[in-house]
Amino acid sequence: MSTDHGQTPSQAIGPFFAHGLIPEQYGYAFTSLAGTALASERTMGERVRIQGQVLDGEAVPVADALVEIWQADAEGRYMHPAAPPRNVEFTGFGRAGTGADPHNRFLFDTIKPGAPQTGHAPHIHVFVFMPGLLNHVSTRLYFSDETSANERDNVLQSIAAVRRNTLIALREQSDEGAVYRFDIHMQGPLETVFFDL
Amino acid sequence: MTSKPFPGRDWNSHPAYVSPDYRSSRLRAPSKPLQQLPDTPELHAGPHFDGNAVRQLDNDLLKNGAHDGEPLGQRIVVTGRVLDQHGQPVPDTLIEIWQANAAGRYIDRNDDNDAPLDPNFLGAGRAATDAQGRYRFYTVKPGAYPWGNHHNAWRPNHIHLSVFGPSIATRLVTQMYFAGDPLLEFDPIYLAVPAAARHRLVAEYSPDVTESGFALGYIFDIVLGGAGKTPAQT
Ligand SMILES: [Fe+3]
Repeated sequence: MSTDHGQTPSQAIGPFFAHGLIPEQYGYAFTSLAGTALASERTMGERVRIQGQVLDGEAVPVADALVEIWQADAEGRYMHPAAPPRNVEFTGFGRAGTGADPHNRFLFDTIKPGAPQTGHAPHIHVFVFMPGLLNHVSTRLYFSDETSANERDNVLQSIAAVRRNTLIALREQSDEGAVYRFDIHMQGPLETVFFDL
Repeated sequence: MTSKPFPGRDWNSHPAYVSPDYRSSRLRAPSKPLQQLPDTPELHAGPHFDGNAVRQLDNDLLKNGAHDGEPLGQRIVVTGRVLDQHGQPVPDTLIEIWQANAAGRYIDRNDDNDAPLDPNFLGAGRAATDAQGRYRFYTVKPGAYPWGNHHNAWRPNHIHLSVFGPSIATRLVTQMYFAGDPLLEFDPIYLAVPAAARHRLVAEYSPDVTESGFALGYIFDIVLGGAGKTPAQT
């Protein structure tokens, strides 16, 4: 057995993860740990939908990606064991497979997070897993209607101006409410900024 | 606000994103360098799941998909510890696994491998680590299966794993292989890992873990990345 405590290497998620990781979304007989709805009617905050595609180097939507999100609540607090359990109907964690949607979109119904700490704009952590990706990628979704907060965010401002827009989700109003569009480009001129995390 | 940079991934342990022999990495791997992040408290926290996340049979794949009998194949026990980089146990964290059946077929509707489904095997489970960071699964040894990466390509026997750990920086999705598998030296996913780190993906047979008259035992320890704590802080 290894005694060097070197990190266990990452491997690609493989094409056939749905029955294990998002079984209810795909109709397999196992319970899902998390799904596409993060908030209930009773969760405090503005209800919003997050919607996008994962696009490969030829701009083709990926049909077998797993997208995870993790976010703070409407008051900017992350749910964790040491945090006071004030918002019991909200865990802040969601999972969606792009293969369950006819347009290969990921769709999350959640609440807009508050700003987590001074100097940081509201944001959602986004993680993408798919076959062909030997390490998952990590990015951040910021909100197009938070212009002044975004201008003060030290993470956003550390990114070259030409690439900063890849992290800004565009707010649109639909019949069902606010929708933020956030496409994730793996390669090409619009390649999303991914973090070393 | 100034803060020191987050250490990031250990690239001596993890595969590079672009690995041309793994065909689907060509159009799906990011092509630009990853962006460094400042070290902030939210990188040391992450999703956490309460006791309801794991039910009684969730770690027993011999039973959780059974309808009118037991799954076919070699019964195995897979156990080990989840540790941080300093060798400290990671308690109360969630591990999810998924795999093919003993014939090398997934229950997934998109799996077109011409091998039989097993009506008594789902191939999915989850477990939480105990206070010592230990986890345990019962399952069958998954079969090797063909895939389209190159001519006559076969994946080695493997179990897929997903581990959370304490923070978003410790998140890990990986695959566990079996010692002595002759397919490993032909597998571009396994070979994408730096040579010195590959042995960490290979479970070892253990006569001590083996259950007499029932199941072969394998040990697979998992070491998570992330900033962790320095030894002085623990
Ligand atoms: Fe597989």
